[in-house]
Amino acid sequence: MNLSESKDFLVSTASLKEVRTFSRDVFEKINLPQEQKEELVLAIAEAAQNIVKHGYKGVEETTDRMEIKISLKDGELEIGFFDKGKEVVPENIKHRKLDDIKPGGLGTFFIKEIMDAAVFKRDQKGWVNHLILTKKI
Amino acid sequence: MTYKVTEEGNISTVFLNGEIDMDVTDKAKEVIMPLVESGKEVHINLKDVSYMDSSGISVLIESHQKALEKNTKVVVKEVSKSVLKVIMMAKLEQILNLG
Repeated sequence: MNLSESKDFLVSTASLKEVRTFSRDVFEKINLPQEQKEELVLAIAEAAQNIVKHGYKGVEETTDRMEIKISLKDGELEIGFFDKGKEVVPENIKHRKLDDIKPGGLGTFFIKEIMDAAVFKRDQKGWVNHLILTKKI
Repeated sequence: MTYKVTEEGNISTVFLNGEIDMDVTDKAKEVIMPLVESGKEVHINLKDVSYMDSSGISVLIESHQKALEKNTKVVVKEVSKSVLKVIMMAKLEQILNLG
């Protein structure tokens, strides 16, 4: 089964629920164990949260939107995140060490645990960041 | 997210309900942290929490650490299966008091 669905959201913490609803709706169309669907929803929500939290750090309120595109082709799930926030320097992204118990820094770790790969691309006109998460399913 | 707080002796129980994400963590902290600060034993009941992301996990860590400072404890009770999975992914099942 192949599919491709995308939706844009206001860059805001208030959009995170909508992001999860969109993701769950798309995954309803894919034959996967419920547990795996919820993991994927978590990874998507964490990546969206990173855009709000880090891409727009210090920005009180914005009218900018971010786009999420979920595609499935030949057994590979690809999730694209497009935003116009601060440019991400991939080398600077570090999740915290798990034995360093403190609040924060877990989102990127969850994404890495759940997905096979996470890469940033620079080829999207009009967007600043394009993150691609992939996973064989 | 909605919540309810009950008191019994020196134990305050915070029943959280719904989905815990970055949008509601401030609200959760506003409920939990003053109870911990006051030196009470706080139970956080997650029976009706269907989803928790890294922000919610941070609230659990923060309240746990504050409790240690205050010589009391936070016990995380009746964790739903989906939330337990996230706690285990963060390898916190041995750190947080799961009751």
